[in-house]
Amino acid sequence: MIRGPARDGSGSRLSRRDLLRVGSLGLRNRRLRASLSVLGISIGIAAIVGVLGISQSSKSGLLNELGRLGNLLTVGPSSTAFGQPTELPTTAEGMASRVGPVTNVTEIGAISNIYVYRSSLVPANDTLGISLTATDATFPATLGASVAHGTFLNAATARYPAVVLGAEAASLLGINNLTNPTQVWIGGHWFTVVGILNPVQLVSQMDSMAFIGFPIAEHDFGFDGHPTGLYLRSVPSQVNEVAAVLPPTVNPANPSVVAVNFPSDILKAELVTKGAYNGLLLGLGAIALLVGGVGIANVMVISVLERRSEIGLRRALGASRRHVAQQFLVEALLLSVVGGVAGTVIGALATVVYAISQHQLVQIPDLALYGGVGAALATGAIAGLYPSMRAARLSPTEALRAV
Amino acid sequence: MIVAVPAPVDEAAPPAPVLELIDVVKEYPGDPPVVALGSVSLRIDQGELVAIVGPSGSGKSTLLHVIGTLERPTRGVVRVAGEDTSTMSDTQLSGLRARRLGFVFQQFFLLDGLSVLDNVADGLLYRGGHIAERRRLAEAAIERVGLDHRVDHRPNQLSGGEQQRTAIARALAGRPALVMADEPTGNLDSATGASLLELLRELHREGTTIVLITHDLDVAAAMQRRVEIRDGRIVGDTRTGS
Repeated sequence: MIRGPARDGSGSRLSRRDLLRVGSLGLRNRRLRASLSVLGISIGIAAIVGVLGISQSSKSGLLNELGRLGNLLTVGPSSTAFGQPTELPTTAEGMASRVGPVTNVTEIGAISNIYVYRSSLVPANDTLGISLTATDATFPATLGASVAHGTFLNAATARYPAVVLGAEAASLLGINNLTNPTQVWIGGHWFTVVGILNPVQLVSQMDSMAFIGFPIAEHDFGFDGHPTGLYLRSVPSQVNEVAAVLPPTVNPANPSVVAVNFPSDILKAELVTKGAYNGLLLGLGAIALLVGGVGIANVMVISVLERRSEIGLRRALGASRRHVAQQFLVEALLLSVVGGVAGTVIGALATVVYAISQHQLVQIPDLALYGGVGAALATGAIAGLYPSMRAARLSPTEALRAV
Repeated sequence: MIVAVPAPVDEAAPPAPVLELIDVVKEYPGDPPVVALGSVSLRIDQGELVAIVGPSGSGKSTLLHVIGTLERPTRGVVRVAGEDTSTMSDTQLSGLRARRLGFVFQQFFLLDGLSVLDNVADGLLYRGGHIAERRRLAEAAIERVGLDHRVDHRPNQLSGGEQQRTAIARALAGRPALVMADEPTGNLDSATGASLLELLRELHREGTTIVLITHDLDVAAAMQRRVEIRDGRIVGDTRTGS
């Protein structure tokens, strides 16, 4: 768009490129002030984008887990009304498995006071917090556990000194693979490590356990046959009904001392809590944005006052009221757009860092990205409107007098 | 040092006067209204060098603002380069200032963030046109006022006289029909002021129409035509051969 100096008698003109150049002049000349007002806006936008992104990422992770956990139930002994500890009957697993909608049942029996050591030379009190648990071959299917190395226990190995290590237990013991036959020292017996589990996502306390079969537990450690817990899966639509009949099923003599839990309840609670925090944080972000907007308005009002003589000069050079208003509006918009883009980038980076550190999928809603810059623009427009109108209304002679 | 450049004659202008004021009255609201200009008629032809001289408070600044279309008169007609300004919109008036009028102020009013070149080029900003073209015209104007060695300097690196020369270059760059200078030597020492007046006289000899406002009778005496103003009325209009 190359034009020579216009010779027609029509109004003054200012091309968009020149407007941008003129509008950015104030920012280029007052960098510190410009960056501080940009900072205000970018904090607000970063907070909003970050909150939306992080909550979206972690929510999708939780929802995923919730889907996989939805039909998992746990049954355990609870204490009596007088605080006496109780046990599950030895028949618990068999009884529970006969409930129609129950698809999987696995019993576990915690063996107290027996620990797992890398060798017989390790001092007895270096337990590493690895607890010994008896279970059976149904364990991986019920809990959604998978084997990283070797195999899980089966009917044969359950009778012999064979052990499967949870992921964390294995790493604590320094056993990373099973290329060489490996043995660990458990309660005065050598056990061969036959498998190492991957981390169990649904029930993470399994990771620090070591698993042996029931027969060998009874033989070597005098396990009494009373399970300390049952893990069940039911047809998803019947979860509540199953939960209702479980206590009298597993302990017909005393149903009141049976505790049934849904692991998914914890996640649901977590989701709700996260939602509540989101509202709060978004509110804070909005307040930060508002304060940023007030900051821009403030800076612009001061800028108009300070630059009265520039306004007068520009009017004398041929700027119309509109050109003056546009100049200051563009300045406010530039401040807010720079702030909005910076804030969005910061918020997105925070989301990425957080999601990666939490092993979650990075998910930033598009709305947050466009909305962040959009909200900043809107803030800048509103903040810049009054100062630029004021600049435009200033009479040129008054502006030129002010020195 | 002035380099020869084609005289800034506005080819489009007919032999009509550059500026015509007919019975211009300017009142400011109040009780009773303050009369800044009481029925002023004035005609300035192309190529003139006119001093409007009067003590402070005489209304000469108001007169300059009315001539420069920065203020509308309460009554009367202001014609700039043959165009009646009374019916013009703000945008049209601004366009008139951008194309036909050049201003030089006592306080220079240069923008600190811009080089001499861009300050002068901004004199053409509101005409539109490409920035390269504006810079080219600005360079020519800077050469005319003898500041070609300062093109890339910032205003705060210049002396007062150089700053005012920059402002004059800005007013000249668009070859306006009329250049108005409001106390251009008011912030300068007398030697610098004298050389600046010499520059204005040279520009006048090359054909620029200049109106200079001053309270300084010595400055006014050096001009070809002197319009004396007192209490908002013209009380004298004398010419000497230049």
